[in-house]
Amino acid sequence: MADLAVSTPARDTAATQDRVLQVLLGAALVLCLAKPVLPDFLVRLPEAWIPPLAQWLDYFFNVIVIDTLHINQLTRWFAEGPLEFLLGATANLLEGKYRWPYLDDPLPWSSIAAVAAVIGYYLGGWKMSLLAGGTFVWTAVMGQWEITMETLSVLAVAAPLGFAIGLVTGIAAWKWKSFDNAIKPLLAVMQTLPFYTYLLPAVIFFKVGPTAGAIATTIYATPPMILMTTIGLKKVPPEIVEAGKMAGSTRWQMLTRVFIPSARTEILVGVNQVIMLCLAMVVLTAFIGMPGLGGKLLAMMNSFKLGRSFEIGITIVLVAIMLDQLSKAWVVKLPEHHERGTPWYIRHKYILLAVVVFVGFFGLAQVVEYFDEVGRRQSLSVGREMDKVIKWVLDIDLIQAITGGIRYVLNVWVLIPFRNALLWIPTSAFILLMVAFAWGVGGKRPAIYAAVFFTIIAFTGWWDRSVITLYSVISAVILSMFIGIPLGIFAARSAKWSRRMLIICDTAQTFPSFIYLLPAIMLFGVSDVTVVLSIVIFTTVPLTRYTIEGLRGVPPEMTEAADMSGATKRQKLLSVQLPLAMPTMAVGFNQAIMFAFFMVIIAAFIGTQDLGQELQRTLAGTDLGKNFVLGINVSLMALTFDMALTRWAAKRKEALGLG
Amino acid sequence: MKLTKIVSVAALGLATATASMAQEDSSEPIVIPIHNWSSQIVMSHVVGQMYEMMGNNVEFVTTDSQAVYESVRLGDVALELEVWEGAFGASFRTALEKGGLHDAGDHDAVTREDWWYPMWTKDACPGLPDWKALNDCADIFATAETGDKGLFLDGPVDWLKHGKERAEALDLNYVVKNAGSAAALWAHIGAAESDKTPVLVFNWTPNFAEAVWPGEFVEFPEWEDGCDTDPAKGPNPDALYDCGNPADGYLKKAAWDGMKDKWPNAYEVLTKISFTNAQIAEMAKLVDIDEYEPEEAAQIWLEENEDVWKAWMPEGAT
Repeated sequence: MADLAVSTPARDTAATQDRVLQVLLGAALVLCLAKPVLPDFLVRLPEAWIPPLAQWLDYFFNVIVIDTLHINQLTRWFAEGPLEFLLGATANLLEGKYRWPYLDDPLPWSSIAAVAAVIGYYLGGWKMSLLAGGTFVWTAVMGQWEITMETLSVLAVAAPLGFAIGLVTGIAAWKWKSFDNAIKPLLAVMQTLPFYTYLLPAVIFFKVGPTAGAIATTIYATPPMILMTTIGLKKVPPEIVEAGKMAGSTRWQMLTRVFIPSARTEILVGVNQVIMLCLAMVVLTAFIGMPGLGGKLLAMMNSFKLGRSFEIGITIVLVAIMLDQLSKAWVVKLPEHHERGTPWYIRHKYILLAVVVFVGFFGLAQVVEYFDEVGRRQSLSVGREMDKVIKWVLDIDLIQAITGGIRYVLNVWVLIPFRNALLWIPTSAFILLMVAFAWGVGGKRPAIYAAVFFTIIAFTGWWDRSVITLYSVISAVILSMFIGIPLGIFAARSAKWSRRMLIICDTAQTFPSFIYLLPAIMLFGVSDVTVVLSIVIFTTVPLTRYTIEGLRGVPPEMTEAADMSGATKRQKLLSVQLPLAMPTMAVGFNQAIMFAFFMVIIAAFIGTQDLGQELQRTLAGTDLGKNFVLGINVSLMALTFDMALTRWAAKRKEALGLG
Repeated sequence: MKLTKIVSVAALGLATATASMAQEDSSEPIVIPIHNWSSQIVMSHVVGQMYEMMGNNVEFVTTDSQAVYESVRLGDVALELEVWEGAFGASFRTALEKGGLHDAGDHDAVTREDWWYPMWTKDACPGLPDWKALNDCADIFATAETGDKGLFLDGPVDWLKHGKERAEALDLNYVVKNAGSAAALWAHIGAAESDKTPVLVFNWTPNFAEAVWPGEFVEFPEWEDGCDTDPAKGPNPDALYDCGNPADGYLKKAAWDGMKDKWPNAYEVLTKISFTNAQIAEMAKLVDIDEYEPEEAAQIWLEENEDVWKAWMPEGAT
């Protein structure tokens, strides 16, 4: 009886929820059916109703921020003073730019590679040493040393800056609850705002070139650092805090000696995130004049050199994997403690070794030119040969027949009708459908947000383009479910394949997505299929990853119980493993949608008619207001999904007793 | 860094020579913007190396090719070497009106941007390059999505090429689609290359693509001034954009107003510089076909064309 008493209200709420869902869907259906007789404003908001948001924002930026508050003078001072000084110093050391400390030559590549190898060995033994040293050797012998150093000289400033800002803000958010509440929504918006929206203000306030690139990178990379710092500090066990207090620590000592060391792991995970996001911006910041790997990649693509751009892509992946692995090794590595009386050269043996190899190769480079700089003619680049291979593969008749078929079927029968249908739906009905979705998946709060967000989108005047953006995202995520989930299920069957698949996922995620856009166009033309499929490549990764992690995370007792009760493999998968893995898979699904919103903007490079196209267009001008409005639209759509799915995953976890 | 050493030794020698000139250039670096196409990058390095030989410090910064005029205006960069009439005329004029930059003279080269096809297309549609042949051939340019209409792949929307308007004004049976980037245009041509599929795309000259895929521009009704503002101009009395683009558009240099005072000698050189179509094509070829790095390509070009650029240098510098 007690059980029943508990479950009745639950059942009641479920029933009300269903009823609300039915009402919402019913209303949307009525609006659709009544479209011919609907008043115009329910179909599409009339132009006259749309407030000139962009102009207001432009006024805000131009008149208030720039002309009255002169914020731009402050930011320009920062960009041309301290920031440029730091960037100049790293650029002088790494690529020989004429700045302080005025070294004639940049550091020889062999010295840097050798020091990287020593650091790798210190952090993770021979394997890490090989990865770190090998990455630098690869960039040098492929003739990409200078551009890699251009990139790294900016990242060497942007990443520590992101770390510092993130740490301080994170501590502040942990200390003051009201500050935490204030920045939470801001961070959520920042993480869903398309990167083009960071780029334009960066140029206007921080001057085109490496300064703007560094700032945009920093802003993009900081949010996870803030979140991880706060999480880490909140988790510090009270016993440690007590011990610190008993030792009579001052507040500053408490922070630096007790809290931060105890939150070390989370903070270092934040550092790892900062580095990875910095690398994700390498290509994107090239749009605002950041030199280096990204700039070269775009130049190569614009002169149709697939092979060379592919090589640059490999370099970016290698650098990313190297920094990722090194920083992860650093997380795991605990501080070493030496016996009292150990001689200094043992205590500092790694630093000593690094100095020795650095000086050794520096000397060698003065004698043997090759160890100083690898000329373009000496490099092992096989770009031209690769071009031939790529073109030959794309030429195979069978491949062309298959892609031609896919293009026709998907475009003419699936995608274009789907897009037209979405565009046909009256705005009012569309908003109701989104609310119904958020209600069904997440419940009341997400539904309210969905209603507010999509109404805002309708009032920005970019409705059709927003719907087209959403169409690409939905199509891509649905398609990638058909690929990613089966792949994940297959890989999860053995530990070996899980590991392999996860490595493939890592690589695919760091590989600059711009590179596969060109082969995609060659296969499928400038069409919706190309746009959707290039998003699919990106969104399949989290689906596969979280399917594997969800399935591998199912408690063994559960699967054993299923085996004992004589379930077939199929039954076990469908009735035991998948339901238990669902909450984790939902996280992957959510991430896939976030990735899709990111990638759909990049797909403007192919040729689209959505928000991304307009965003790309604003980059060439100074329309800050329009740029911001477009960015917010993308962000609001992404947030709607994010809130609904996060809520759903949390509820499921609770219901299954997993969290 | 052997290359730079040679250059800097040469620069040192020349710096003493320039000392005799009336006004000194500032020792602050002259910032030259580079964009994402080869000829402009090489040309910028050619001019940059000339400045270095005169004893100036030079720096390069990659910028967007439309946004650059705002940077020239503000003095963030000192000059712009390739102002294309068709592609950047509008941005240039806007910045000119706002003030801060000025026209530093034309190159000898002329530019052209228009509907274009690679040579193999002509086999399938022999009536080309006359635009009147386009409607007869519409079906050979059709794709899965366009039905029986032909596809014309226009440049990105922000290039403002009015392809759609022209197709309507001249009653062409074509779907006009905007590519998202120059790279997308090349991929489209590249995909058609192997089985010689006829394609119609937006293209321009001087451009590396001429060397990779020989082709021709479609000959539309000749451009008349006012074709974009006055419906009466051009064959269709009721429509704008019923002409081809100008076949001899200008290629200008632009300079920041402050350049004249800050680097008078470098400015003097800038006004004299004038490249021809052949020279620009040669610069692009060194990078796009011969695969030199832009700096090396500029070096080679300077070595091979001494008589050309030495004439532009100040008296003492050569």
